[in-house]
Amino acid sequence: MHVSPTVNGTTQAHDVEPRLLLVHYLRDVVGLTATNVGCDTSSCGACTVLLDGESVKSCTVLAVQADGAEIVTVEALARDDELHPVQQAFRENHGLQCGYCTPGMVMAALSLLREHPDPTEEEVREGLEGNLCRCTGYHNIVKAVLAAAGMPGATGVRA
Amino acid sequence: MIPAPFDFVRASSVDDALAALAEHGDEAKLLAGGHSLLPLMKLRLATPAVLVDVGHLGELSYVEDGGDHAAIGALTRHRALETSDLLRREAPILPAAAATVGDPQVRHRGTLGGSLAHGDPASDLPAVALALRATMVVRGPQGEREVPADEFFRGFLETAVGPDEMLTEVRVPKVAGAGWAFEKFTRRSQDWAIVGVAAVHNGSTGVALVNMGPVPLRATAVQAALAAGATAADAAAVADEGMDPSADLHADADYRRHLARVLVRRALERAGA
Ligand SMILES: Cc1cc2nc3c(=O)[nH]c(=O)nc-3n(C[C@H](O)[C@H](O)[C@H](O)COP(=O)(O)OP(=O)(O)OC[C@H]3O[C@@H](n4cnc5c(N)ncnc54)[C@H](O)[C@@H]3O)c2cc1C
Ligand code: FES
Ligand code: FES
Repeated sequence: MHVSPTVNGTTQAHDVEPRLLLVHYLRDVVGLTATNVGCDTSSCGACTVLLDGESVKSCTVLAVQADGAEIVTVEALARDDELHPVQQAFRENHGLQCGYCTPGMVMAALSLLREHPDPTEEEVREGLEGNLCRCTGYHNIVKAVLAAAGMPGATGVRA
Repeated sequence: MIPAPFDFVRASSVDDALAALAEHGDEAKLLAGGHSLLPLMKLRLATPAVLVDVGHLGELSYVEDGGDHAAIGALTRHRALETSDLLRREAPILPAAAATVGDPQVRHRGTLGGSLAHGDPASDLPAVALALRATMVVRGPQGEREVPADEFFRGFLETAVGPDEMLTEVRVPKVAGAGWAFEKFTRRSQDWAIVGVAAVHNGSTGVALVNMGPVPLRATAVQAALAAGATAADAAAVADEGMDPSADLHADADYRRHLARVLVRRALERAGA
């Protein structure tokens, strides 16, 4: 079946099986491998990307459902050597250790900041309830998102 | 985990979706947000031969003022319920309960119609529909019919929606100013309810339970006790009467019964019943 989503600003055109999951489409067909598969059961959020501006778990969306949609993955955030404010805040606040959850965590944080540009700590914790991290204990992730909220351009993406 | 192969039909309208269901019969399933169906398909617990995708149909995504009720399109996503000013004003239990469904990513995709039509006793919104005495609008080859919430949930994952029909709208009575409470007991914040309670007190009291049997259930014993003048505490003591909760990893049946009694008392007190 033919699909033509826009991924990080580039229009794609592929023939795919209807059962292909969006995360596998992004990784194996488009070749963007930053988005990780963690649980594969809609629980961990490692596969989070933006679909038409909102966070979704791409292991629980079919590529064919995203036909014609705008998808943004974490690859779109940094500009050359310059990190996106949310990425910068994760770096400065030690919001990651092994980094496995980070691409999904950053995309969930971006979606959260779009809905709550000036969130409370509680709103950050609740807004990230769909993303699991085995390493950090979350405190520094929450700190990073609160720090990002004050930075110019925190809710923007180039794509 | 990859679903078994299927054919995919992207419906261009409700009529187009109904035509596809008529053509493919029992082999076909509607796909709305996919957040109940796709996990089942990945586990191969569901293997429909044809998926009829309606998730993108804007014509069924709305919250409108219907006079004495709020009219909600079946494809309205949980996030839109959560943020609807009309619902926050006229039926605040629904946005409050929608805000507890899963996590933000789930709420960006899952729909009200999917939540109700899936008929999962562990889902939150069927209990809210029962407590509010909502009406479901179902469309099929014979036209449109209205089904009260009490006649909608038929069995485990089974509702009044036939294989060639589609839930199109949910009508929620306006209850601005009514007392209400949604109590959801979970181990972790993104989890499904181990037990949940929806209560709306608007003259009479509507009470319904999440995960206390094979279907979303009205707490008829509680309502009868309240109608006969019982206090909230006394009415809550019969919350598990007539219920048949299951046992699973999270809770055995007795624990669910205990939770139902405790949570119903809290909900009734909060709703001012
Ligand atoms: C990680 C995770 C956590 C979750 N947590 C919760 C939770 O805490 N509480 C909760 O209540 N739910 C929870 N859910 C379920 C979520 O709310 C689903 O979105 C919802 O149950 C189904 O809606 P959907 O639009 O995704 O339906 P789909 O998955 O697309 O469809 C579900 C079923 O309903 C049928 N259907 C869909 N729309 C219609 C229609 N308009 N007419 C007729 N039939 C239709 C489909 O054919 C299918 O059989 C969770 C889901 C996930 C993945
Ligand atoms: S891989 Fe998608 S939620 Fe875990
Ligand atoms: S940094 Fe290792 S899982 Fe989050």
